Amino acid sequence: MLAEKYSIVSVVAQALRGQRGWKPVWREPEPRAEYDVVIVGGGGHGLATAWYLASQHGITSVAVLEKGYLGSGNVGRNTTIVRSNYLLPGNIPFYEHSLKLWEGLERDINYNAMVSQRGVLNLFHSDAQRDAYARRGNAMRLHGVDAELLDRDAVRRLYPFFDYDNARFPIQGGLLQPRGGTVRHDAVAWGYARAADRRGVDLIQNCEVTGIRVEGGRAVGVETGRGVIRARKIGLACAGNSSRVAAMAGLRLPIESHVLQAFVSEGIKPLVDGVVTFGAGHFYMSQSDKGGLVFGGDIDGYNSYAQRGNLPVVEDVCEGGMALMPGIGRLRLLRQWGGLMDMSMDGSPIIDRTPVEGLYLNAGWCYGGFKATPASGWCFAHLIARDAPHPVATAFRLDRFATGHLIDEKGAGAQPNLH
Amino acid sequence: MRIACPFCGPRGSEEYTYLGDATVRRPEGDAPSEAWFAYVYLRDNPAGRHRELWYHGAGCRSWLVVERDMRSHDILSVAPARDMALARGRAA
Repeated sequence: MLAEKYSIVSVVAQALRGQRGWKPVWREPEPRAEYDVVIVGGGGHGLATAWYLASQHGITSVAVLEKGYLGSGNVGRNTTIVRSNYLLPGNIPFYEHSLKLWEGLERDINYNAMVSQRGVLNLFHSDAQRDAYARRGNAMRLHGVDAELLDRDAVRRLYPFFDYDNARFPIQGGLLQPRGGTVRHDAVAWGYARAADRRGVDLIQNCEVTGIRVEGGRAVGVETGRGVIRARKIGLACAGNSSRVAAMAGLRLPIESHVLQAFVSEGIKPLVDGVVTFGAGHFYMSQSDKGGLVFGGDIDGYNSYAQRGNLPVVEDVCEGGMALMPGIGRLRLLRQWGGLMDMSMDGSPIIDRTPVEGLYLNAGWCYGGFKATPASGWCFAHLIARDAPHPVATAFRLDRFATGHLIDEKGAGAQPNLH
Repeated sequence: MRIACPFCGPRGSEEYTYLGDATVRRPEGDAPSEAWFAYVYLRDNPAGRHRELWYHGAGCRSWLVVERDMRSHDILSVAPARDMALARGRAA
């Protein structure tokens, strides 16, 4: 049973039938005893990996195992921002590849993910910060990524309601990436899931992996709440819980799990056109299509698996918002939630083989996982299918911590809560 | 989240700074690089009881070893890091 292809024809036909003919968009199959590839984790990255395995590499004997429901983790807990404004060589080509995939995603998976390239603006508040952003913008342009350094007046034309003359953090300008923006995050999970299912990938929900079977140094299958599932290759895409799952195969990772909170205000009329980040604290904001301001800030800063945070960070985020845009103080907070971040030791991700043959790792996304979703799936599928890293992901090695080839954008060192 | 400092009593977590896992041990200076790699980078990161170092910077400025459940944030025990280090030194 294939879900129907969406088009103007299907929309009109359903409208004429009173919208009563829509069918479930993916099957709910029983797990088979064996697959070519088992992906652990039915979030954005796992579902994208399954889709690209099927569509780019012709591997359709694939199961995605999800302990809850599809997209119940971080793909639905982020602030929906996509961008590729990175500084370091290992990162820029990867995230730019991701942004290019976002640009063609909806046609590729035949699903409206509401990709909106409304621009991402990083504000700076001092001469030194202007220099740092000029450097970053130049690094981006040298890699063929769009970047514009805006002065104060140019920022004021875009966002007249910011506090430009704040005594401590006057806005001096900003680095704009016009191609950055937002994507409806749940639709990304649903779209990839539906597309993968149409190619024959089995999406198994409520199926928690409780063990990884290793025989003779080779991973041969997983133990789950729904029985043992054997696989020729196993890919872990369960960021937030990577340490826990990798430990089932005897691995210790350079990762700590931390909680990151996000917030939505009550809905207001269209006000904030793009994505804006405050440069003197940690605060970033955009406006959803429903009208709520979506914003976030720092991780709470301590290890956690609780998917909820504490009030000091709520206060800190709101202070950042007030310093940037005092009018935000008139709004009420509608919702607030937390998600689990794989905070790696250098702030950058891992897409690599592991010392266990047949076991592949996609982890350490810190709080940059959402924007990476398409390229993460693309490169992880490439790695699993060909046993060789994709050219734009060669730097994301698991052994880089032992060899000293770190990718530390912030230069914070091996202290995950500072990345 | 409130942490009961042994010197100052229960205080909000915003008074403290978090360092991380308190169970990793600094290797000897001449230890092989694998030992240093494990010390600097690898963590157990358990989804359960976790012993970790917190610094009471807005209070008595003591380093504390806090045992906390990572799934619920329940604080299970708090002890001065110095006492624990001294006890460990005597045992070694």
